[in-house]
Amino acid sequence: MYTITLGGRTHSFADLRTLLAKASPARSGDVLAGVAAASAEERVAAMYALSEVPLSEFLEHPLIPYEADEVTRLILDTHERAAFAPVSGLTVGGLRDWLLAYETGAPELSAVAPGLTPEMAAAVSKVMRNQDLVLVASKCEVVTRFRSTVGLRGRLSVRLQPNHPTDEPRGIAASIIDGLLYGCGDAVIGINPATDSPERVGELLRMLDDLIRTYRIPTQSCVLAHVTTQMAALEAGAPLDLMFQSIAGTEAANSSFGISLGLLGEARRAALGLGRCGPSGNVMYFETGQGSCLSAGAHHGCDQQTLEARAYGVARAFRPLLVNTVVGFIGPEYLADGKQIIRAGLEDHFCGKLLGLPMGVDVCYTNHSEADQDDMDTLLTLLGAAGVNFVMGVPGGDDIMLGYQSSSFHDSHYLRQLLGRRPAPEFEQWLGEMRIQGRDLRLQPIPGQHALLGGHGR
Amino acid sequence: MAADLVPEDGWVFLRRHTAARIALGRSGGSLPTRETLGLAYAQALARDAVRAPFDPHALAAALRPLAPDVLVLESAAPDRAAFLARPDLGRRLSERSAALLAALPRSDPPPTLAIVVSDGLSALAAERQASPLLAELLPLLRAHGFRLAPLVVVRHARVGLLDPVGSALGAEMALILLGERPGLGTPDSLGAYLAYSPGPGRTDADRNCVSNIRPEGLVAREAAARIAGLLAAAREFRLTGPALKEPPSRPSLGAK
Repeated sequence: MYTITLGGRTHSFADLRTLLAKASPARSGDVLAGVAAASAEERVAAMYALSEVPLSEFLEHPLIPYEADEVTRLILDTHERAAFAPVSGLTVGGLRDWLLAYETGAPELSAVAPGLTPEMAAAVSKVMRNQDLVLVASKCEVVTRFRSTVGLRGRLSVRLQPNHPTDEPRGIAASIIDGLLYGCGDAVIGINPATDSPERVGELLRMLDDLIRTYRIPTQSCVLAHVTTQMAALEAGAPLDLMFQSIAGTEAANSSFGISLGLLGEARRAALGLGRCGPSGNVMYFETGQGSCLSAGAHHGCDQQTLEARAYGVARAFRPLLVNTVVGFIGPEYLADGKQIIRAGLEDHFCGKLLGLPMGVDVCYTNHSEADQDDMDTLLTLLGAAGVNFVMGVPGGDDIMLGYQSSSFHDSHYLRQLLGRRPAPEFEQWLGEMRIQGRDLRLQPIPGQHALLGGHGR
Repeated sequence: MAADLVPEDGWVFLRRHTAARIALGRSGGSLPTRETLGLAYAQALARDAVRAPFDPHALAAALRPLAPDVLVLESAAPDRAAFLARPDLGRRLSERSAALLAALPRSDPPPTLAIVVSDGLSALAAERQASPLLAELLPLLRAHGFRLAPLVVVRHARVGLLDPVGSALGAEMALILLGERPGLGTPDSLGAYLAYSPGPGRTDADRNCVSNIRPEGLVAREAAARIAGLLAAAREFRLTGPALKEPPSRPSLGAK
């Protein structure tokens, strides 16, 4: 029981899970789950009470029992006491102050990451304003490598997302060429297939592999089918670079996705076994998003942002190249409007970075939420300031396969221009050699006989 | 003047391979004016489709020539805002509608199929696509010897509403036709979901889906053939869900 008296009124919270939920900034998914604060006053009371909770309590009182959930076991079994030492005596509010201190820089943040649990990250985010989330995330530096190096300070990478409603290879290739000519694709060229079959995945992976080899593009490929489908394609000889999977923060939610920690480990070993990645071992690509546990009926009475942070606890056990929170995709019953989507995007990026993950954000929304392009511009700009590792690049921002709006090739170029962010170094050099983008970050005029337009005659 | 400011991308010819928004050109590196307005326009149509009011009685009147027995019911969602925020309300009938269904005399033998039509996330989709689809589908179902329960038109339904309606009508199978989440350029796309042995505790994993039903996507005649094929197979194998494989599609006469 946690109790606090404010303005002569006493507020009580039955347990840590309830306290976290009530301290969470307002969002529709927590109301839907019945865990949100009943009033603005109760929310701030919960924030006060949460700020006084010692971090060590999160190790002693797991939100979901150790025996009942393999994600809890993963989090507690891999917690590093030595890394935790510098902040072990702090409260949640004290951790916020420590994170904001001038003396806390990238080396300190990187060193403390294995000592922080997802629940600690979620807790501190709840007592931080948007500017705190931006500032602390901007101090973190999480760098990963495959053929390109993603996450270096001063850089911004883009996942090129060339989806097509029937997986038509020429349609997909057309979108890829468009994206490359706009300087995008240095995080990954990643296709969401319309059909989840090993044959289709193999076909698309071979096409991407051909393209990457032919034009010597310093990037990696991915076809975002279920992990078991990709493993089957890999066994049939498909040239797989990155192994993708959607993940969530509880064992039951992961099970509804048809995965377990054991299966993810198996998938990673299979991808590593191909020997296509260097010594980094960064062969995984994960996607997450607030609300997935509730959607699967597997939220254990926790708020959706805390569960999202636990998904990052899953991700970091597998040393991914990329983690992408698809923040506005799930719909207004979880994030109702632009304000909630913006807050959630900043929280996810902050929590992921704090836990040592290479975070990207799919800045997106669906047409039945109260959001528009202006909200997305705001979130994109804030994430650029916060040092996001990568964003999506979708032709015109309109994904014709998945039916939602994401960031466009033009949007990512806007962010690079505005903040002087450069592409991944290997990719930047390639863009220069291909005369696509100059050192001044300006896109070059593309002549009709450009190499990328060669094999696609009129 | 504008042509000098916004040179055309030299790969416009690639557009013939995809409906994706490629080769848009650029103002500096940003979207040209015409493209940013084009995006705003497409989003405005989709937004309006989500908010458009739905008149279930008007749709019921339009459907009566196809199926004389039509019931108008309501879900537990009192209005559009509640419907969007609370998916659970869209999966239940209002108390009044549930009582109305419970009071109906049970047909003997029980119906093979209960069909529900709803606005879902796009009233436009229900208004534009339901009639042409049912005009193609109902004769196919009758030819299969299906006994049809009264056609149910409901405002503010989610897919899951097919379970309480199907089980209240004692139907062996249930089919719901409802407006899909509007995308850019697709404000009026209808989706069809079917379930064998509808009832409590069923989830998406127990259903099959045929989506993108609209003149520019899956045309009514082909959609009807696919839905009828799935329903016939579901009845034969007594199940729906991923284990039910769609029969290989045959090009239908008259379709483009």
